[in-house]
Amino acid sequence: MFDRRLIKHFDWGLVALIFIIGMIGLGILYSALTAGNETGAVHVLFKKQMVWMGAGFMVMIIILMIDFRDLDKINLFVYSLCIGLLISVIVFGQIGGGSRRWLLIGFIRIQPSELMKIALIISLASVYSTCISETGLNFRKLIKPAVLCLIPFGLIVDQPDLGTGLLLLLIAGSITLFVKLERKVLYILSGICLAAVPLLWSGLKSYQKSRILTFLDPDRDPLGAGYHIIQSKIAIGSGMLAGKGFLKGTQNALSFLPEHHTDFIISVLAEEWGLMGCSILLLLYFIVLLWGLNIAYNCRNMFGSILAFGITAMIFWEIFINIGMVMGLMPVVGVPLPLISYGGSSVITNMVGFGILLNISMRNFSSNKNYIRP
Amino acid sequence: MTEFSKNQDKEWIKQRFIGVSVCILFVFALLFLRLVYLQIIKGEEYRLLSEKNAVRLKSIQSSRGLIFDRNQKLLVDNRPSFNLKIVLEDAGDVKETVEKLAQFIQEPYQELMDYIAQAKNGAIYDPITLKKDISRDQLAIVEAHKFDLPGILIDIEPTRYYIYKKTAAHLLGYLGQINSKELKTGKYPNVRSGDSIGRYGIEKQFEGYLQGKRGGRQIEVDASGRTIKVLKTVEPVAGFDLNLTLDLDLQQAAEKLLEDRDGAVVAMDPNNGDILVMVSHPSFDQNDFIGGISQEKWAELISDPGKPMINKTIQAEYPPASTYKIITTLAALEENCININTTAYCPGFLEYGNRTYRCWNKYGHGNVNVTEGLSQSCDVFYYQAGIKAGVDKLAKYAMGCGLGKVTGILLENEKDGLIPTSAWKKKRYKESWQGGETLSVAIGQGYNLVTPLQMAVLIAAVGNGGTLYRPRIVKTIKDGSGLVIKKNESEITGGLPASKETLDIVRNGLLKVVQDERGTAKRIRLKDVEIAGKTGTAQVYNLKKEDKRGAEAKEVKYSLRDHAWFVCYAPAKNPVIAISVMVEHGEHGSSAAAPIAAALIAQYIQEPANKKVLPE
Repeated sequence: MFDRRLIKHFDWGLVALIFIIGMIGLGILYSALTAGNETGAVHVLFKKQMVWMGAGFMVMIIILMIDFRDLDKINLFVYSLCIGLLISVIVFGQIGGGSRRWLLIGFIRIQPSELMKIALIISLASVYSTCISETGLNFRKLIKPAVLCLIPFGLIVDQPDLGTGLLLLLIAGSITLFVKLERKVLYILSGICLAAVPLLWSGLKSYQKSRILTFLDPDRDPLGAGYHIIQSKIAIGSGMLAGKGFLKGTQNALSFLPEHHTDFIISVLAEEWGLMGCSILLLLYFIVLLWGLNIAYNCRNMFGSILAFGITAMIFWEIFINIGMVMGLMPVVGVPLPLISYGGSSVITNMVGFGILLNISMRNFSSNKNYIRP
Repeated sequence: MTEFSKNQDKEWIKQRFIGVSVCILFVFALLFLRLVYLQIIKGEEYRLLSEKNAVRLKSIQSSRGLIFDRNQKLLVDNRPSFNLKIVLEDAGDVKETVEKLAQFIQEPYQELMDYIAQAKNGAIYDPITLKKDISRDQLAIVEAHKFDLPGILIDIEPTRYYIYKKTAAHLLGYLGQINSKELKTGKYPNVRSGDSIGRYGIEKQFEGYLQGKRGGRQIEVDASGRTIKVLKTVEPVAGFDLNLTLDLDLQQAAEKLLEDRDGAVVAMDPNNGDILVMVSHPSFDQNDFIGGISQEKWAELISDPGKPMINKTIQAEYPPASTYKIITTLAALEENCININTTAYCPGFLEYGNRTYRCWNKYGHGNVNVTEGLSQSCDVFYYQAGIKAGVDKLAKYAMGCGLGKVTGILLENEKDGLIPTSAWKKKRYKESWQGGETLSVAIGQGYNLVTPLQMAVLIAAVGNGGTLYRPRIVKTIKDGSGLVIKKNESEITGGLPASKETLDIVRNGLLKVVQDERGTAKRIRLKDVEIAGKTGTAQVYNLKKEDKRGAEAKEVKYSLRDHAWFVCYAPAKNPVIAISVMVEHGEHGSSAAAPIAAALIAQYIQEPANKKVLPE
């Protein structure tokens, strides 16, 4: 049975935002892949990305079919499935760039650590929705979320993919802070986190340490990350107010920039479209995030509310870490920019996320018997 | 689960949402301000840098590890070379610039352009090497016309230098430029296109240690690519130095003794397997390979009938000839086919089947026992011993002595040699083993093949009392400050399959080869040191003995002449050196090969340092 109200309440605004950002993304990607290529042929990665975007929209529509409240019921199943995938990465995974992150299913290469973000958000929303209160959570109530969070964190850091692992912690931390902790708990946890820093540091791989040190002191690795950051800054800065124009970015064309179609893609936008182009993108992202918060705020179901908040937090952290890194505000970590960076797993994960947001948004009409939970 | 009416109704939840929104606003404001700072405040500066493509990475080559001999004498060094490069991005009109350059340095214009064409797929700001190792005159003229040659730059980079031309070339090896296929394998993370990697010998086998790690500079350049200032530098890390077991003086002496004859000489320390000498003749000049060997030179090397590109000590297989009688003796004694008192009568031949098998001495040796059989190399004695033992027993002992398989030296493409068995023949030729073939095998003339290194390991083991060592070529690996990174311990691979009594009989026979008046190598006797050894003369082509013995020998075509073997150790009691000499087409082990060994022993023992060398 398809409720007509679902159409009526469909969140066209958010879809339009996603669509616009996606189109901007394809435009930048086209430039990043075409510039400096004399043949002028459309790059194979561009075509691939179009396919991924299309697949992402399909996945989004599939997500819309399921009532988000059903996710509450199957949260442990989804969570266990993703953990299973992460474990099979350790066993069967493909090695790329020194770490084992990918799983080959048929001819599709997926990165289970990306999907894990969504699964964790669903599980945390499910747990917190039962115990949220104005007084805040005490330690006992934090045990289950902590376990839920640390298992995938351990598996992902082991790959090793510290960037995604930390992103997972940031998302989980944001949700936890949002649902409110007891004041005492908050202080103690902050203390523990501070104390854990040296411990965590000693557990890092040497290249991970050197990345963080390079951030703190770019002179440490002038031929690697330090050079990337310098070139990235030159690319961004040289865009000035209005940019050099579409396909005219020289930094990009001369392939001075490494990874310019994945993690560093915003520097291509900055070089070719200048401050104006960047401001528009930032504004669009800002609206998307507020839109997400609004959905969370208006949801009458606590699970849905926290879920929407979690998805918004995920998108927020991806944007902040990526742009911050490219502009030299953060260490170089491989976090893709939502809807813009090239990469199948990232596109699908974000589309799933947006699908859930739309899902919550459109099923948020006034209580109907069918949707009231005991 | 609690269904609740509206978030809006709960003041505390509302406040949390407001708080979060403020946080997001704050972060976005931060990102925006950062953009303003980079694009507006610093924008002009960055635009200039980007237009000039002014900030570049310049790689600094690391200096390759040095190679020393056992006495700290430098064998392989690095010297500075001036390499001419071009950066297309800065060159303006490339053709015009290269034309001018070609005139200045008097090199063919087309050749220079070819290098550019080959490197076309690189980024246009990456320097392309036009000519490596230019002369002082060329350097001076390019420097003088620096401003007429935009985009042309001169890099001073270390280049390999093999100090002693042709010395131990096969052991040390040489370098060659890495190709794109090898780069793609990912085995050389520190190597870039245009770099050289070890292609042969130790240079190849120890590439990982010798290579070092590239450094680099972040530099700011002007419009024609000249460095304005160095922004940051990462110093390269030099490769590790190798200390070989090789004795340079002895090596050079051996090379001199071989003169222009083809062949191989290996000398080992029988007490630990250290390779003291490794000569393969003819040799080649490794310096020719630096910066790419010319077509003519390569063609010359490849077509040389002496096969200079083969390391004959490990890659050439020869019939062991009479040196194999050591194995036959071991096998026959251990299998109780003969004992110390067994004698055979040698009339100069043996009738077996329908054939007559000749002894090398057509007048015969008369009655000989095992000691005399060995020292006089009586073929008839070994025909009989071989018949008694049988081919498969002989093979068992040969393999037990390390023949028929690689010695395990850390060099590439070592050959196994061949020890025939009846089963092997069945498989290879689909024919049964013939009794007469055992006779040939017993004197080392059948299908048997060995490498000079295998024989050195074997004779060293006989000398040291039965221990087979894995030949060691690199003793220690050190970093630039002399800190030992790796120490290669000597390694025992097995023991000779023989009792002490058997070995004593063999050793006594070998001693008599040199020290007895009737020994085959009596002419090489030294005054103050006893040598124990075995001669061998390997038939290359089965001429009728009458045709090639005696005065006519000189007239036999060079390529059909016999190979000469001599394997030995000295001093006979507590040996400090074991030697295997193979002179191709040298005809007689006693006259062509043995004197080389004797001269090396004389030189080695005389060195005061080695007099004191005692078994470990």
